[in-house]
Amino acid sequence: MKDRPGAKDMTLGAALRARGVSRRSFLKFCAATTSMMALSPAMIPRVAQALEQARRPSVIWLSFQECTGCTESLTRSYAPTVESLIFDAISLDYHHTLQAASGHAAEAARVAAMEENKGKYLLIVDGSIPLDNPGYSTIAGISNLDMLQTTAAGAAAVIAIGTCASYGGIPHANPNPTGAVSVSDIIKDKPIINVPGCPPIPVVITGVLTHFLTFGSIPELDDLGRPLAFFGKSIHDRCYRRPFYDKGLFAETFDDEGAKKGWCLYKLGCKGPTTYNACATTKWNNGTSFPIESGHPCLGCSEPDFWDGGGFYRSISMPTSDISRTVVYTAAAAAAVGAAAGAASRYKKKASKTAHTKVGVDDLEK
Amino acid sequence: MTEIEFLSWVRGPGFQIASIVLVAGIIIRIAEILLLGRAANLAEPKGSEMGNGIRTIFTRSIPDAGTFRKSSFTLVAGYIFHIGLFVTIFLFAPHILMFKDVVGFGWSSVPTPIVDAVTVVSIIALLAVLVHRLTNKVLRFLNNFEDLLVWFVTIAPLVTGYIAFHRIGYTAPALIGIHILSVEFLMVVFPFTKLMHAFTIFIARWYNGAISGFRGVES
Repeated sequence: MKDRPGAKDMTLGAALRARGVSRRSFLKFCAATTSMMALSPAMIPRVAQALEQARRPSVIWLSFQECTGCTESLTRSYAPTVESLIFDAISLDYHHTLQAASGHAAEAARVAAMEENKGKYLLIVDGSIPLDNPGYSTIAGISNLDMLQTTAAGAAAVIAIGTCASYGGIPHANPNPTGAVSVSDIIKDKPIINVPGCPPIPVVITGVLTHFLTFGSIPELDDLGRPLAFFGKSIHDRCYRRPFYDKGLFAETFDDEGAKKGWCLYKLGCKGPTTYNACATTKWNNGTSFPIESGHPCLGCSEPDFWDGGGFYRSISMPTSDISRTVVYTAAAAAAVGAAAGAASRYKKKASKTAHTKVGVDDLEK
Repeated sequence: MTEIEFLSWVRGPGFQIASIVLVAGIIIRIAEILLLGRAANLAEPKGSEMGNGIRTIFTRSIPDAGTFRKSSFTLVAGYIFHIGLFVTIFLFAPHILMFKDVVGFGWSSVPTPIVDAVTVVSIIALLAVLVHRLTNKVLRFLNNFEDLLVWFVTIAPLVTGYIAFHRIGYTAPALIGIHILSVEFLMVVFPFTKLMHAFTIFIARWYNGAISGFRGVES
């Protein structure tokens, strides 16, 4: 991504004005972002002022074992909105999919950005890192592990985008053939923000960036490293179908009366009750809808090991292993043990009866 | 271990272990009782063992007037939490899904608010039973560790289930995981304590009825 001369020194406000973003839409964005981050409305001017004066930080985006879905989500869904301009207005110095440079020039851009902004650049990672064999995933002959460690060393903070970078995701799913791990499994000495989701919600990515630009620090995180402002509530708690769950009205199949009436999808395997994400509030495709609104249960994609949760269409109250088989085998074995024990005690009883000798008066006199 | 890993464990290996212990324990204990054998009664029978035995299984569910007068609190509170346990365990939609997955068929659920109310009533009844047990001048001398353990493993799933449903105080995966774990604890303890009465009560009632039937007297 080639910058115009002097663009790096431009403030964000200047960059946005240069791109024709009006003051009104800029403030609207600031208000929306402030409320999304669960900050008080009194913070809106501060967010606006901070963003206005923020220098475009250098961002290095590394893609490891991933599907590019995270980038697709970010670039496609919100392309014409002010959020994407904010994203434009950071200096994205390295990104496989989006950068124009290729080969040695691309790697040179990464090294140059790292040296020029040492200790100040933001590192964004999508995809998991294979540990079983460094050859499983390499970029320009450099293993994912080496590239992550070298690049993270000079970063101000690391943002793990997507469930793969946050928790290992799909590559980490059982049996994890590449020994895939998350960013936080490797990097221990840098602030890490996890923005999980398969893919994550674009506005959440921009929201996290905005927070970083506004306060110069990472937002408040939950115990899985996710920003509480976006991951503080579960899908279930914010779901518009929640009243049906509370009443016990469920769709039994995808095309029954309940499904047509928009009843709760719990019985169809919805993971909303155990999934923390902002889908139910920010929604997707520019606020159009989210999976449950389209009639599909939540997969729980922003939680660790969502791929190994026993199946997307099995509800949370169902066991993940085959209990029927366990019960049948156990019952058969237990019946055999019980019968054997019973037979043994009967044999013992019979044997003692046979061995029993009556004691008479004569015996006592012996 | 993250909360999700904990939830996965209790839904997977944890539930499997608990199921094995529960099923094996129940079957072995029942086989032990049934295969014990009874000494042959050489007296001439004066009535039917089987008919009277089966009738007694049902008739003992209704306490006679004298027993009711003497132990009215125990009977009323006992009935409340037993019916409550039946409703919460077998008639709550998510639980029926679990049973359907294991036994292959399901049944109708009752509306969630009813299960919710029944849970609260059952918890109150169980608390009252404990207070009665600890304060009654006779019962308190009969208490032992097993009584308290059995009370605890019975009330725990009700309390954790109520908290998990209302999502009180902590994040959902942990609350649901704790609820399932409390049920697994109940399943593991079940065959080795007086909780086995859920099965043995029918054997005991039948036997009582059968003895009377053999003698030709009312049971």
